[in-house]
Amino acid sequence: MKEGMGKNEIIKQLREKILVMEGFNSGKDARQLDFGLGPVNNSFPGGTFPVGAIHEFVSPTEACFAAANGFISGLLNTFRKKEGVCMWISTRRKLFPPALKSFGLDPHRIIFIDVKQEKEALWVTEQALKCNSLSAVVTELPNVSFSESRRLQLAASESGVTCFLHRHSPYLNNTLACVSRWQIRPVASWLPEGLPGVGFPRWEVELLKIRNGKPGSWLFEWQNGGFRYLPNQKRVVTASVTAKKERYA
Amino acid sequence: MHKRYMSIWFRYFATDRMARSHPELKEKLFLLYAPQRGRMVVKASCKTLSKEGIIPGMVVADVRAILPSVEVYSEEPYAQAKHLRDLAEYCFRYSPVVATDPPDGLILDISGCPHLWGGELPYLQAIITRFHKGGYDARAAIADTIGTAWAVAHYESNNPIVAPGRQAEALLSLPPAALRVESTILKRMEKLGFREIGQFIHIPRTNLRRRFGDVLLTRLEQALGTGYETLQPVTPAPVYLERLPCLEPIRTAKGIEIALQRLLETLCERFFKEGKGMRAGIFKGYRIDGKTVQISIGTNRASRSAVHLFKLFELKIPEIEPALGIELFTLEATLVEDVSETQEAIWNTGCNNPKAIAELLDNIAGKVGMQAIHRYLPQEHYWPENSVKEVNSLEEQPETEWRTDQPRPLHLLPEPEPVEVMVVLPDYPPLHFRYRGDIIRIAKADGPERIEQEWWLQTGPPRDYYRVEDEDGARYWLFRLGLYGSEKPQWFLHGFFV
Repeated sequence: MKEGMGKNEIIKQLREKILVMEGFNSGKDARQLDFGLGPVNNSFPGGTFPVGAIHEFVSPTEACFAAANGFISGLLNTFRKKEGVCMWISTRRKLFPPALKSFGLDPHRIIFIDVKQEKEALWVTEQALKCNSLSAVVTELPNVSFSESRRLQLAASESGVTCFLHRHSPYLNNTLACVSRWQIRPVASWLPEGLPGVGFPRWEVELLKIRNGKPGSWLFEWQNGGFRYLPNQKRVVTASVTAKKERYA
Repeated sequence: MHKRYMSIWFRYFATDRMARSHPELKEKLFLLYAPQRGRMVVKASCKTLSKEGIIPGMVVADVRAILPSVEVYSEEPYAQAKHLRDLAEYCFRYSPVVATDPPDGLILDISGCPHLWGGELPYLQAIITRFHKGGYDARAAIADTIGTAWAVAHYESNNPIVAPGRQAEALLSLPPAALRVESTILKRMEKLGFREIGQFIHIPRTNLRRRFGDVLLTRLEQALGTGYETLQPVTPAPVYLERLPCLEPIRTAKGIEIALQRLLETLCERFFKEGKGMRAGIFKGYRIDGKTVQISIGTNRASRSAVHLFKLFELKIPEIEPALGIELFTLEATLVEDVSETQEAIWNTGCNNPKAIAELLDNIAGKVGMQAIHRYLPQEHYWPENSVKEVNSLEEQPETEWRTDQPRPLHLLPEPEPVEVMVVLPDYPPLHFRYRGDIIRIAKADGPERIEQEWWLQTGPPRDYYRVEDEDGARYWLFRLGLYGSEKPQWFLHGFFV
């Protein structure tokens, strides 16, 4: 019996070691960051959002593109509370800075880098990831190769800077050396019966891949400067949406 | 130590300067003018014209009537003052203390300098010849006091050197104007018949003061050496230049790197001592074939870290072509600013290391260009395109709050894209719209939010913005340009909400 316990201990320790070797920062900082994602934390290895790693977001449509940027802004909000400056790198930026204020971010604390070529965006991202004074880096870049992503991942794990790699309708949905792959879809907002207007932004957050974790899908709303998990809502509408989009694609 | 001063007077300073910068004017008759009370008045005329009797103060039209061939140019007082300063800096080779004497003179404190040229006369001649070669008609004089040197330079052409202690003798035969007093006093003196300083130099001081005021007495004392006169010397701008001559010509990239590192270390050491930092710098290599190669960098904020500056230069080292070899390297900081350690907090909430971020931005600017870096501040405009402004500096903080009263889309299209819509009633949101070939059916809508044109900036019809959500949950920002009634309004898609 005692031997078994010892084995379990050893296996647990080995797992933690492997996690660290794979680029997961399960340091103190990571545990202090609470993104308000509630049940999503159960899907992450160790129960915390992996920082110091690259998270990939894939957006097939314009609406998903905006929704995913909204979700990222929500995550950045938590980062910024802890530390300081974010960098937003893009080749074709559509982001309208004043809107970031509704996600609790100060738009003047974000440095936007707008480059013309994807190669330059990669270079800038790598440089930014090497600078551990930044709290997070967002890169909007459709096409990244596996080796390029691995290079970024190495830089990120070395400096501990979290990177959100946002791919808007890439040519090829190739696998990257990222810890996770997300897809955010906008979902019809909800309002009480008979009330006119548009409700709070509501997304279907899908964690397609997560290294050493469990993928899943959840429904979230952005309310009063924070995520709100909607447990009981079923994704009836969105199933048809994906079907339709895929058909057109 | 016994003081000696030299006064240099450029008799035709303005026109000599003009002729130097425009060599074709050398042989011509020309003058400089400036408008004065609606007339064009001569401000300076060239040497030949001055001998003809064309003097400052005449009206240009009169001069043209007398001499139709004369060419006229407008006066450039600022450029002249700057040029005088340049000449003063040139004179540092003759004396460490040089002051300008506007509008057309220089004053040098030459104490202890002339013996290097073998005495005062050769010294003076060397300076005058040098200026003559440069195209200036200069006159100079040396005396114990600034006042006497000035007087002799302007009004006495035979004996330019006044022996020590002989100021009074030198002044006796000069006119009162040599004392640098105002024209009103001069007029009064002329009226009383004082044509030479010797006529009144022995009059009791109280009488002189009652007649002509304190100024004349002060000037007289200054010229004689009993009064005190200060000189405001021109201070040369400190040059941040380091040189590294090489024993053998350098041809390899590694060699260039080592040279650059050495130069940066010495320069940065000096920056640390003086509390300065480099904003822009040029690294030059002098090749043995006589050509110069150079690379330059700029930084976002003053930096004195040799490692960081080296990184910036390193990106450009491949641009240097050593050819047969480089024998001399120089590194010059062309723009230097103060570095204050207390003002390090750029972003007022806890950022660990703003210096690291500034260095990162320098790197980015060096590689992809400064135009790639953007930072935005709010601007008090309702018109969405005008509601943000771009700033260049990292330090600038917003003067007003970011507006949050109206929802704004996270994605704004650079140009609003026209869409075809189906609208049931005027002032209602559309039922559906066609965007890039897809028909998008609207399920929910919010609005309108009317934004009028800001008439002080631009004119045109107002925009009515609607926030709409389609059946799939995608949220858009649409607007109608114009009002129903007068003409057919157009609809545009302007952004995407999250």
